[in-house]
Amino acid sequence: MSTKRIEKIVGKAIPIPRDDIDTDRITPARFLKSITFEGIEKALFCDERENTPDHPVDNPAHKGANMMFVGKNFGSGSSREHAPQALKRFGIEVLVGVSFAEIFAGNCFAIGVPLGVASADDVNELIKQAQEEPETRFTVDIRNATVGYGDRVIPIDIQETRKAAFLAGTWDMLANLRANLPQVEEVAQSLPYVTNFESEAE
Amino acid sequence: MSKNTLYDKVWDSHTVARLDSGQDQIFIGLHLIHEVTTPQAFGMLKEIGAGVAFPDRTMGTVDHIIPTLSQIRPYEDEQAEKMMAALEQNVDEFGVRFLHLGSGKQGIVHVIGPELGLSQPGMTIACGDSHTSTHGAMGSLGFGIGTTEVGHVLATQTLALNRLKVKRIEVTGALGPGVTPKDVTLRVIHDLGIKGGLGFAYEYGGDVFDAMSMEGRMTVCNMSIEGGARIGYVNPDETTFEYLEGREFSPEGEAWERGLAYWREIASGDDAEYDDVYEIAGESIEPMVTWGINPGHSVGISQPLPEVDSFSGEDRKTAEHGYEFMDLKPGEAISGTKVDVAFLGSCTNSRISDLREGARLMKGNKVHPGVRMLVVPGSQQVKQQAEEEGLHEIFTEAGAEWREAGCSMCLGMNPDQLVGAERSISSSNRNFIGRQGSPRGRTHLGSPAVVASSAIAGCIADPREMGESA
Repeated sequence: MSTKRIEKIVGKAIPIPRDDIDTDRITPARFLKSITFEGIEKALFCDERENTPDHPVDNPAHKGANMMFVGKNFGSGSSREHAPQALKRFGIEVLVGVSFAEIFAGNCFAIGVPLGVASADDVNELIKQAQEEPETRFTVDIRNATVGYGDRVIPIDIQETRKAAFLAGTWDMLANLRANLPQVEEVAQSLPYVTNFESEAE
Repeated sequence: MSKNTLYDKVWDSHTVARLDSGQDQIFIGLHLIHEVTTPQAFGMLKEIGAGVAFPDRTMGTVDHIIPTLSQIRPYEDEQAEKMMAALEQNVDEFGVRFLHLGSGKQGIVHVIGPELGLSQPGMTIACGDSHTSTHGAMGSLGFGIGTTEVGHVLATQTLALNRLKVKRIEVTGALGPGVTPKDVTLRVIHDLGIKGGLGFAYEYGGDVFDAMSMEGRMTVCNMSIEGGARIGYVNPDETTFEYLEGREFSPEGEAWERGLAYWREIASGDDAEYDDVYEIAGESIEPMVTWGINPGHSVGISQPLPEVDSFSGEDRKTAEHGYEFMDLKPGEAISGTKVDVAFLGSCTNSRISDLREGARLMKGNKVHPGVRMLVVPGSQQVKQQAEEEGLHEIFTEAGAEWREAGCSMCLGMNPDQLVGAERSISSSNRNFIGRQGSPRGRTHLGSPAVVASSAIAGCIADPREMGESA
């Protein structure tokens, strides 16, 4: 019943070289009023981007990036699910940082975005590499818990239970539930009230 | 581990699979949906290209944001209008049944489920609202879920759930005069605490529940969640069957007989085993009123407010905060506390029996000049019934406002809100800071009888001391 296994992500990276980026900065509060997540990627860092002409998210050199390198305590503040949604919908498939806020990390897991934790020195190296050579293709290997480029391999921490769920493809609860739809139908037929007792239960 | 209880039987018969997460995948017999917790869930379906798996097991209505004064569209509150329009579009697009305002059957989900015979014994019932425990009164397992889970139910009619333990709450003997189901539930929460039910389903039983009306059972089950129990239920019995017979969605004829057989079978067996049992003597319960900032902060209406020393640790801090916020002192009497607002309504106490109880005390009396009183029926059908009985005239002649059906001032998501530091006596379920729409507003919870007697007196008043006039 495995669905979407997440084993390896390869691509360019957007560097966000600061600490304590809260979810209000990732997706400003006024977007909470929307009744769907559709288009929420437009909100990604939108206030910062407006005021920062060369924001990394808008830098053409990082166009098409599918990972983000971040500092300490990324995703702090409000528990809003909008922040990971905006990142994912923007195209970010994995984040590597010094540390992540707990609720943000849980929300990322629920939508299948792995988070890797590395030392501050290693993260600085990754950020510098992405800044100076934005075309660099990085590889995040979930099974071996590493991020690398060229010959360089850097260890990262990925929470064990989440790592197992990414590798097995069982992180997506909705997909797990949908995989059993035939059995759902069977259970429904065995319950007499489903037909409002019009027929004898099987 | 509990055995052969209604909870165990329903859980087992609704289990689809054991998931890798260690949770059970449980079939949901009835999914009630409303405007607040569904738009993003429907959005999720659209994105994965899925439909509603069992539209015939799904029913929608509007309750939280609905104005109870003018219901002319578009609503003055843009956000309310947007949510309403989104729900209308979603139920239309996904083929889900919808009890709209023109149906004559709209109302608070937890009022209309039982009222229409949608909620039946032996079902699992889910809704994106924590007070879904109400439906346990029908002998079903009802529980609240979050928006992501609403999406799961829409797409699969199932949920990933952890099995709960079962605690039997036995209320023996009989209730004294003027003591109501609301007082029973406040007493349970008082005794077991607001976290006492975490990880448990409550099974309510004993002489008091055997003798209790269905609407009374709904009031008690409704507030299970306030004691931390996601589920609270009463085993189905003759009172249940009598209530269900002839309702719009109840089975008929031979189907009714088959239903009866299933419902009798699903009740806890004589040999049922529980993880825990708690007993209360019905005679020891008196009308209860909350004095603090959570539903566990309650006191018998004739008792002095508890000393802070009677609480320990975090609870003590919360109690101190409660006294400060509510501007009350330990040792004082709760009765006589001046109120500005009286609210009779909410999914806890807005059914016809609640309105009758309020009207019985209001008849021939006037709402105190210092009090503004709102009476908000739980559904359009309740409203109609009340008007046929002339209850609305009793309320309006007393000086109360008679409104359209909805959640209203229970949570102030519509224009019905406390203003500033107003103090209310409310038949609702939560006295959290800010709950009734004003960050400084102060809420005392009580039964419909306490709300009515307090509205007349202008201060918290014991309904047992009210002479019945007229």
